[in-house]
Amino acid sequence: MLRNILIAIVLAFFAYMFYNVYSTYDTKTELTGIAQHFAQEGATEVGAANLVTAIVVTYRGFDTLGEVTILFLTASIIAFFLKLKDEEQETEIVHRDTTELLVTAAQVLIPMMFMFGIYVFINGHLTPGGGFQGGAIIATGVALMIMANPNIQINQHVIHWVESISGVSFVVVGILGLVLAGGFLDNKIFGLGEFGTLFSAGAIPIIYSFVGLKVGAEISNILNKYQKSQKEL
Amino acid sequence: MNREIVFIGLAIILGIVSIALSLIAIHNKKLSVAVLAAGVVSLFASVLYLLMAAPDVAMTEAAIGSGLSTLIFFYVLNKIKKSDA
Amino acid sequence: MEYFDLGHISLAIGFILILVGFWGLLTQKNIIKIIVAFTILDTGINVLIVSLGYVVGKTAPIIDSSVDQLANHNVVNSIVDPVPQALVLTAIVIGFGVTALMLAFAMKLFGAKKTLEINKFNDLKW
Repeated sequence: MLRNILIAIVLAFFAYMFYNVYSTYDTKTELTGIAQHFAQEGATEVGAANLVTAIVVTYRGFDTLGEVTILFLTASIIAFFLKLKDEEQETEIVHRDTTELLVTAAQVLIPMMFMFGIYVFINGHLTPGGGFQGGAIIATGVALMIMANPNIQINQHVIHWVESISGVSFVVVGILGLVLAGGFLDNKIFGLGEFGTLFSAGAIPIIYSFVGLKVGAEISNILNKYQKSQKEL
Repeated sequence: MNREIVFIGLAIILGIVSIALSLIAIHNKKLSVAVLAAGVVSLFASVLYLLMAAPDVAMTEAAIGSGLSTLIFFYVLNKIKKSDA
Repeated sequence: MEYFDLGHISLAIGFILILVGFWGLLTQKNIIKIIVAFTILDTGINVLIVSLGYVVGKTAPIIDSSVDQLANHNVVNSIVDPVPQALVLTAIVIGFGVTALMLAFAMKLFGAKKTLEINKFNDLKW
């Protein structure tokens, strides 16, 4: 009983603070502060049509490096926790047969999903999209592959090499920006090009492609480990 | 003016349904119903992001929050059910 | 009726989702239900942050022909705030990573003690 009263007091306190913020909030009618600088100078300084991509990769690129590090840490901790012993790796999962509808549809849909994911992160600076969205779409394609054939052996070496090389290349492009141009992860190391075409905005498509491949490989690794852990009892 | 009224009406409907579903997610006894309700809350939040003119965030929330998160929950539920019986 | 525009409504939705997530976190006993409450709390916080960057009547922050036609090639008067959207993009991916990690822990805890109630795990209590 005392516990319920304390929980009610905590929730009422939070509700009171939220109501204070809600009652004195006016919806903005114009951009202020640093968003005004990004909107005015973003197209000419960075050369990308998608302003959110320009902010994530160039203006606040260091936060993206930190987030990629956190994802790598999470994937390695999950791989450590869900490790199988050696003699359990050859047993097969006993399950119901997958229906023919799923197997046939998977054969048609999986190449299109991979192509769509690669399209999304290559065109990240022109249309809504980018590395994180493209990586999630690629991981969903791998999930469909696992569901159509639960005993599939995904090649671990390919995933590890793709993830490691993408991570190292991301940092190398950042250091190239430090050496050849303004600062870390600057995108003027290649030419800015014509605004609105595919080969524009300097190094942003390259950086975002590496981020997209890394995120896709990590989430596929997490899904593979969850699938393999269904074997032990 | 007509477009604004449609957006406000849509936002109110989305808000009421997503709050009701989140209460169902916490209160129900079955685990699979709770996980599915959390997935639908994430889907409606993605539509809300689109009403607020944020297409990048809507795409990310739909792919990651509504798709992959629900899938991982069901892997764990399957393993727990298998070891129980 | 100045409380009925899109900014206020989404702000209220975000606040209520956060409160429901907190309530589920504090009162539930099943570990999987606690993780579901974490997911709802995370979604609520992201809705809150994006709704703070909404400017009335403007469009998405992508510079193409529609924004050009809107205000005489003047971008500042035609787009919503792009900075909260960039922050939320990172926050959603990190929230998914934390959820996957918590579920791996829950699987290992269940394998050790064959129960999912959080009151039974009192090995570290003194």
